[in-house]
Amino acid sequence: MKMKLATWATAALMAASPVMADLVFPSLDYRTGPYAANGIPLADGYQDYFTMLNERDGGIGGVETRVVSCETGYNTEKGVECYESTKGEGSLVYQPYSTGITYQLIPKATADDIPIHSMGYGRTSAKNGKVFSHVFNYPGSYWDAASIAIKHIIDVSGGDITGKKIALVYHNSAYGKEPIRTLEELSKKHGFELSLLAVDHPGQEQKSQWLSIRQQRPDYVLMWGWGVMNQVAIQEAANIRFPMENFIGVWWSGSENDVEPVGDKANGYKALALSAPGRDYGVYEDLKSHVYDKGLAAGNGDQMGTVLYNRALYAAMLAAEAARIAQEIHGVGDITPGMMRDGMEALDMSDERMTELGFANFAPAFKVTCENHGGSGKGAVQQWNASDKTWTLITDFIESDKSVIDPLIAEDSAAYAAENNIEERCN
Amino acid sequence: MLYREAGDFSTTYPEDSQTFPIKFDRYRYYVVLFIAIFVIPFMINDYWVNSIFMPFLIYSIAAIGLNILVGYCGQVSLGTGAFMAVGAYACYKLMTAFPEVSMFIHVLLAGGITAAVGVLFGLPSLRIKGFYLAVATLAAQFFLVWMFNKVSWFYNYSASGQINAPERDTFGILITGPNTEAWATYLFCLFFTILSAVLARNLTRGAMGRQWMAIRDMDIAAEIIGVNPLKAKLTAFAVSSFFVGISGALFFAVYLGAVEVGEVFGITKSFLVLFMIIIGGLGSIFGCFAGAAFLVLLPVVLKVIGADMLGWPTDIVAHLNLVIVGGLIVVFLIAEPHGLAQLWRVAKEKLRLWPFPH
Repeated sequence: MKMKLATWATAALMAASPVMADLVFPSLDYRTGPYAANGIPLADGYQDYFTMLNERDGGIGGVETRVVSCETGYNTEKGVECYESTKGEGSLVYQPYSTGITYQLIPKATADDIPIHSMGYGRTSAKNGKVFSHVFNYPGSYWDAASIAIKHIIDVSGGDITGKKIALVYHNSAYGKEPIRTLEELSKKHGFELSLLAVDHPGQEQKSQWLSIRQQRPDYVLMWGWGVMNQVAIQEAANIRFPMENFIGVWWSGSENDVEPVGDKANGYKALALSAPGRDYGVYEDLKSHVYDKGLAAGNGDQMGTVLYNRALYAAMLAAEAARIAQEIHGVGDITPGMMRDGMEALDMSDERMTELGFANFAPAFKVTCENHGGSGKGAVQQWNASDKTWTLITDFIESDKSVIDPLIAEDSAAYAAENNIEERCN
Repeated sequence: MLYREAGDFSTTYPEDSQTFPIKFDRYRYYVVLFIAIFVIPFMINDYWVNSIFMPFLIYSIAAIGLNILVGYCGQVSLGTGAFMAVGAYACYKLMTAFPEVSMFIHVLLAGGITAAVGVLFGLPSLRIKGFYLAVATLAAQFFLVWMFNKVSWFYNYSASGQINAPERDTFGILITGPNTEAWATYLFCLFFTILSAVLARNLTRGAMGRQWMAIRDMDIAAEIIGVNPLKAKLTAFAVSSFFVGISGALFFAVYLGAVEVGEVFGITKSFLVLFMIIIGGLGSIFGCFAGAAFLVLLPVVLKVIGADMLGWPTDIVAHLNLVIVGGLIVVFLIAEPHGLAQLWRVAKEKLRLWPFPH
């Protein structure tokens, strides 16, 4: 009884005393709307990893972490509202999982000295750290993805794709339009014919796009889709009996939730991957003992081991690691968003460090520098096995074609710098 | 008791026909204006301006525009989102083509361009009515959004197809871009909101507004008593689109800063503004403000109460918002088709007699 009283007293004291120092990681997630199927695993993974850090290590460097979630519904207006309502809490880094919201936040967050990590999405030219001081898109960007997909196609068709037809089915938004420039350059370089098929938000209606694919008979189809659009596209491809192994999605179009509704017909569908699939990693043991078994898992707790859940774990791990580095650089536990930015810029994910963190053989090593905010730009290709319901990596992590991408990045970021009077850093 | 007309004499016609003939009402209006102009700018911060005041003010302008067309002239329109997009893209093209010109001029010109486009898409209203006109404006909605996506001239050939507002000022004060002050953007939007409300209120009380209302109530009868339907309908489209265009320009340039046409100005935006005037009150300027305030504040209030205070999951709160808005629209359409404005009117009548209703 005495013990209980003491506990209550402590609890009351804690509630009454001012907010303790904590590291705030806002999660602009979306568990509703046409993109929820992909938003839920991302939100769950991000939250679970930080819960695990709190339970296992008491946070990062002894300072507790706190995830503040805010529902955006993949809607830019709500994204702005979420940003404004969470930035006052000392939010360290924003990961909106929406290219539209990222575009919105790039100037705002830069002015507020808060970093953005758009992991494999957002504005590709943000790779150029000389212009985009507060935006990071490591470990890869859309243009890397486009180049990796084309490299894979060249690989499977015996080294030459001159005269082949490749169609791009894309979400008609900033997100879907991002790869077009790179693909046009690549089509000049490799001599393939590119056709573009836009799908409007939210993407449930794709009959006409797939009818024209049936008429044009492209050799390969690439897809830049998200949310419900993915499932519909894969279903339509199955309906017109398009060979699934010639249908390649970007890393946002390759999760379990996209292929499972189509059933056996989705067998052989390919997608790019930022990391390896499955749950055979050390981190899952810690998650199980510190989060799942204690009943602390976020959401319904049914997304573990899926592609997007893994990606969110990866994102959370990179954020936590950057926070740790920032604590080391500045020698304080309770870091500010500006210090977090320094930590992100000094991030060095070596294979050894990944193994220590329980992510052995999960993703390629990379290093962030002042000039390069984009990481290695490596990605692999994974293929869906409908009978086992598993994704398997069928290639190594492929390096993108920097000779095409780097000039494009320089051009686009220079245009942004000129538009906004930004002076180059890192000199 | 509060609304007493006793002792409130009007000795001239202008006094008798002013917007707020009752003294108490008039003073309340001055107090609201005073607080809005001289008090709020000193207390406002980024959160309040970006989450509450700016969307409220901008949606109010859009609701005033749509209310003129639907509430006063009776021409159902589902193209509000697209006309806002016209305002936004016009503003963007003007901002990038003439960087040295003040934002005031750009926003007004964007409104003017939208008015011209509105008249063009209003032409079918001369032949078709009701549901059929709604479908024709729906065509405008889809066509314009498609066009802004397809023709890269509109977004200056940027790779992403987005438009981004560069930094622009008026009288040397930054209005757009990331480095703006909260009070500056607030006052800029407030100016346009007051301008629109005063303009709309006086237009609807004058000859033009009476013509619109005659067309709304019965177009054949209106024609017989000498109202020119061509002029009345097209002016309604022009004035309505002018306001909607201003709101679109502000929405893009001042509020969001970056816009993707399909998502921001899609059909859902048209419905949102339509819901605002249905809940607020068709044919009432006060209703535009009430409806806009209601639909802007409801999600924020629900979020603060549900997610932040009670700790409910964020998705439940988001779904609850949809349920409440949907339910309210049904309730208002059945129980009070004239919306919050009518409730306010009834409340005022009651207050006049209170506390002795007999």
